[in-house]
Amino acid sequence: MKKLLAMGVGLATLAGAATVSVPAMAEDSLYLPSLSYRTGAYAGGGIPIANGYADYFAMLNARDGGIGGVKVVVEECETGYKAAKGVECYESTKGKGALVYNPYSTGITLQLIPKAPVDKIPVLSMGYGLSAVGVGEKFPWTFNYPAGYWSQMSSILKYIDSQGDGIKGKKIGYIYLDVGYGKEPIPLLETLSKSMGFTLLKYPVAGKEMQTQSSHWLKVRKDRPDWMVMWGWGAMNSTAIKEAIKIRFPLNKFIGNWWSGAHADLRPIGAAGKGYLSANFSGVGTSFPALQDVIKYVVDKGDSKVKSKDLVGDVLYNRGLFNAVIVAEAIRAAQKLTGKKVITGADMRDGLEAFDLSTARLKELGLEGFTAPIKASCADHEGGGSIFLQQWNGSDWKKVSDQIAPMTDLVKPLLKAAADKYTADKPDWKTQTCK
Amino acid sequence: MPILAWGIDMEFLNSIFVAPFVDMFSAPDFLLQVLWEGFVSGILYGLLALGFVLIFKASGVFNFAQGIMVVFAALTLVGIHSFGIPAYVALALTIVVMGVLALTIERVVLRKLVNQPDIILFMATIGLTYFLIGFGELVFGGEPKKMIADELGIPNGSVSWDIFGGVVIFEYRDIAAAVIAAVLVFSLGFFFSKTRIGRALRAVADDHQAALSVGISLNQIWVIVWFAAGIVALATGIMWGAKSDVSFALQVIALKALPVLVLGGFTSIPGAIIGGLIIGFGEKIFEIYWGGLIGGGTESWFAFVIALVFLLFRPQGLFGEKIIDRI
Repeated sequence: MKKLLAMGVGLATLAGAATVSVPAMAEDSLYLPSLSYRTGAYAGGGIPIANGYADYFAMLNARDGGIGGVKVVVEECETGYKAAKGVECYESTKGKGALVYNPYSTGITLQLIPKAPVDKIPVLSMGYGLSAVGVGEKFPWTFNYPAGYWSQMSSILKYIDSQGDGIKGKKIGYIYLDVGYGKEPIPLLETLSKSMGFTLLKYPVAGKEMQTQSSHWLKVRKDRPDWMVMWGWGAMNSTAIKEAIKIRFPLNKFIGNWWSGAHADLRPIGAAGKGYLSANFSGVGTSFPALQDVIKYVVDKGDSKVKSKDLVGDVLYNRGLFNAVIVAEAIRAAQKLTGKKVITGADMRDGLEAFDLSTARLKELGLEGFTAPIKASCADHEGGGSIFLQQWNGSDWKKVSDQIAPMTDLVKPLLKAAADKYTADKPDWKTQTCK
Repeated sequence: MPILAWGIDMEFLNSIFVAPFVDMFSAPDFLLQVLWEGFVSGILYGLLALGFVLIFKASGVFNFAQGIMVVFAALTLVGIHSFGIPAYVALALTIVVMGVLALTIERVVLRKLVNQPDIILFMATIGLTYFLIGFGELVFGGEPKKMIADELGIPNGSVSWDIFGGVVIFEYRDIAAAVIAAVLVFSLGFFFSKTRIGRALRAVADDHQAALSVGISLNQIWVIVWFAAGIVALATGIMWGAKSDVSFALQVIALKALPVLVLGGFTSIPGAIIGGLIIGFGEKIFEIYWGGLIGGGTESWFAFVIALVFLLFRPQGLFGEKIIDRI
């Protein structure tokens, strides 16, 4: 009897917990599933992104009563950065009126791209995923504002070309996480190595080798590249920088992409990491009025999951926040286009092609100088594509370059070819025609 | 280009049989560096494998939880220190925590499974893994943390050795890892081979019931062995954590111990170290001098190839006990 009672109490508790954990989905709310990863090997990146994303909407709810007078409901689903779990999260939340998915994993993004047009819910892979989705005519339901990997890589190469005696004749080492994400820019690199005249050296790092990179860096020492470029994530980043220091590779010639330049990557290294460069497209710090509002309306009131106030304004926190800004602007655009306050996934898709994050609008939002302007359109799902470079000064990141536009003339034809290739063997793939 | 039988050209043969050796002899300083890195990796792999060996010796079970024990120990150390407790006190307290963990595992998990088939114990260690992952994430969070290597007096920086017209770089932390691993191996080797408890451990490994019948306390042995494995996990966590950071990604490195165990045998402490060194040297040399021929990134599988080759000729490993069953 006691056992039965205990089981009953246990089941009742579980049922209660389940009820509490599912947010109320009123018909007059804007529902945004957040595919987050607060656990697992990549949680160091997943946590600040999820916090920044959730806190911005919490601030809009608290300060403005939501967007267009409608409250935003953000529901997190833990993916552990695993594609299978990400798809599970998608399937379990899409029926709740999801407006857009931000998968935060190239692996999950690749799984969701074909699902988006079927379920009529757009995918925004902000600065990751398949580069070719920037071609809006071929990928009406997928977006990668403000830049894709190919544009970013071209900007990095452009920066290298602007230093010293240029990139021609140089050896460029590319160290990357050996998964879809790290392999994504290789076709572009191979093409540009010929047109720009540099030698490409590749150093793949398997997921389970992230923390054992001594061989990779011994090869770097043997090959003596002039520059190193990294597409890393999680523990790979700090290990690579430590190994670079160990072989005495000049850190001011080592450039990480925008996922290889977080505070979490460099804080454990501290002063020894001085000089390391990385790409970025979102501002750092809390000096922006919008960030101050987040602190005032959310963090100071204890409504944020952030562990310490000092972590607000970190690179990846602001990245998550910027993702929320784009989503919020697209919702506003969709509300304006449709005249409805509560929109659908299809309306959101239209909004993602219609928003205009101009310099004036950024100022209005309290984000002046936070990022380069983005003008959404039907044909270009990538936006401006500009990045800037930041450098670790031993204790913090400092912006060291102006916005570097991608080599559009070189990248666009390659993107178009890649988009054509993706859709070539899919006869039922729905494209769109842009004016 | 002359083409030999089966379409193999001379250049291909040259890249396998000549060029790597020319590379080695033309840059001997670099070869020395590769060997040093292989040695450091090997000793760390050996340390990882040691944790598995200790528990396998005592219970005949592969401890699936060893990887997460490395993470748990490292997180506990960093977590205790974050409360402002001095590093060495935090280290001592972490050792106490690993002791309590060993006691709890014995009381809650193992005691009820005495004389059960090995697969049941193995499944229990899988359950333990998931418990420790969840518990660790609940207590310490998922953010990566900095290992308190400086605070523990493990020196940072490196020393250079100018030789053969080049330079070999030795990181102080790698030297410290080698020394700590060697001290641990010799201490544990002595403890388990020369002491009464060590002999009792071997008796338990052979047959639980027979050991019980001669008055050996199975429960006590298991607590001691899991505690020793916990200390090895802590040492491993400190060393690997200093090379990268302390996060749940660290548990993946436990996979590196598998080929080492196949090579060195599941029951031999020296085997773990020798196996680790063979894997460490082997994978570094192959990756650096031959890896480029097949696109690089060979470290993720090369160790398993060495292990497979050994399995063909010596299934019990280099130092493992030969299995002879009466029919």
